[in-house]
Amino acid sequence: MLKGRQSWQFDTNPVIVSAATVGGPFEGKGPLAEDFDVIFDDIWLGQDSFEKAEQKLLENACNIAMDKAGLKPEDITFFLSGDLMNQIISSSFTARRLGIPYMGLFGACSSSMEGLALACKLLDNSGARYVLAATSSHNAASEKQYRYPTEYGAQKPPTAQWTVTGAGAVIIGKDGPGPVITGTTIGRVVDMGVSDPFNMGAAMAPAAVDTIENHFNDFGIDSDYYDLIATGDLGFTGYTIAKELFKKKGIKIAENVYTDCGILIYGQNPVVFSGGSGCGCSATVTYGHLLNRMKKGEIRRMLIVATGALLSPMSYQQKETIPCIAHAVSFEMS
Amino acid sequence: MAKALEPKRSVAKNVLTAFIVGGLICMLGQILQSIFIDYFGFEESQAGSPTAAVLIIISALLTGLGIYDHIAQRAGAGTAVPITGFANSIASAAIEHRSEGYVLGVGANMFKVAGSVIVFGVFSAFVVAIIKILIVGVGGL
Amino acid sequence: MEKLIWAFLVGGSICAIGQVMMDVFRMTPAHTMTTLVVAGAVLGGLGLYEPLIEFAGAGATIPISSFGNSLLKGALSEAKRNGIIGVLTGIFEITSAGISAAIIFGFIASLIFKPKG
Repeated sequence: MLKGRQSWQFDTNPVIVSAATVGGPFEGKGPLAEDFDVIFDDIWLGQDSFEKAEQKLLENACNIAMDKAGLKPEDITFFLSGDLMNQIISSSFTARRLGIPYMGLFGACSSSMEGLALACKLLDNSGARYVLAATSSHNAASEKQYRYPTEYGAQKPPTAQWTVTGAGAVIIGKDGPGPVITGTTIGRVVDMGVSDPFNMGAAMAPAAVDTIENHFNDFGIDSDYYDLIATGDLGFTGYTIAKELFKKKGIKIAENVYTDCGILIYGQNPVVFSGGSGCGCSATVTYGHLLNRMKKGEIRRMLIVATGALLSPMSYQQKETIPCIAHAVSFEMS
Repeated sequence: MAKALEPKRSVAKNVLTAFIVGGLICMLGQILQSIFIDYFGFEESQAGSPTAAVLIIISALLTGLGIYDHIAQRAGAGTAVPITGFANSIASAAIEHRSEGYVLGVGANMFKVAGSVIVFGVFSAFVVAIIKILIVGVGGL
Repeated sequence: MEKLIWAFLVGGSICAIGQVMMDVFRMTPAHTMTTLVVAGAVLGGLGLYEPLIEFAGAGATIPISSFGNSLLKGALSEAKRNGIIGVLTGIFEITSAGISAAIIFGFIASLIFKPKG
């Protein structure tokens, strides 16, 4: 059911039946390594291209999620997935292997929550029995496509981020161990004129703030409702800017409530400059670490706001600025 | 606001590091050049080519070994501006695109970054040469 | 010995200029290198690059700006020999070694190495 201007609430809250996260070697060295189901120690995953390796990541996450739920592809009604590759081939080629009716999405790094929000709506009113929503990203594959060859000696500025090599998948259904999804807010595209592809955090922060503001308005709540609010991949730079924007707009958000998946996944590591990014960032942190914390009872209600930068290598060359979007999903442990 | 809140680039440190690394690479080039002149009998005017070739081979090797980009992250223009940067851009593109095959991958993508250097180098040399010839031909300069 | 010091200072300075272009003027590496190459050709045309090579040696020949100067030199020397058509036939004369080496060893690298990510 429509709630407010751009949000959905559900007659019966969709339940998370299972979730799975897989990561690459670098993620295995980070502070959240224990929360991954599988860590691969080879960024090639034994494949002969980075693109094929990303497909393997996504496929793995989906298979582990289904195993955990005791479900087979035939039991899953729909598969929703998105990624950063041109023509979202990681998702499509994984869908080819899974054989589940598939809808491909492009939300850049906001794909995780875009997929989950749509999955919940599909499930609503008996539109589906089980929906699998997943996303992935691969550091080398996205560097190759969006920036420079991985061995090229270009100097990255301190605002640059490190694309996560990882995939996260979640299966939702009518009943299960939980947590449940209590609401979703679909974001709109926001472009404040940032044009530097090496500073995505600054470009995405306004979109995140816009969606959070709309979420609070639509549901008639404020940040006190949540134990944790996490943006997808603003990184240190974008996080700081988002906090300033909240202040400017008079939206109160306590420091110990608001965090960012791009900051959580690698902690303070100079190699990653401003933090993690990529579709896999919000997915692996949310479906692994944060869900585990919910199950342990440390978090009761959380809002995950996945953020995406909707540029292409060509739009940048044509002197366009970077339009961004953020989608929010509200989780609750009953 | 984004400009004000972004972590500051340490411009002074970067420029100094670029200066030192770039200077060292050029010094290495000077030493190589002397070796070619003294031990291999090259003329001063000819020694530039083998010197450049050696630096290019070293750059390609370091690129292939995955070491070049780590040095370059610190050195910035110190490794990008010398001929080493040119070689690295070609080698890294070639290595990266092998997964697309040798013809459509390696061959077609090799000049992704270096292409503009060659195109603009040639075109500006052409323009300057024509201008110079015309001016000298007309009796000026 | 003195040549070595000048090579260091001049070469370092050109690189420092490149760094300023990237950090202060926010130019991409491709824009920076392209600008330096064109600058090399222009300075060569003005007769300023050769003297720089005289006293700084590799400090002037190793940076990419030298590439622009060499392209120009090749064009002019061939034009002197064979008339205006020399501008086209002579451009790659001096830089041939550099470009050929980069292509050949870049290709060999792709035969041997895999990217490390």
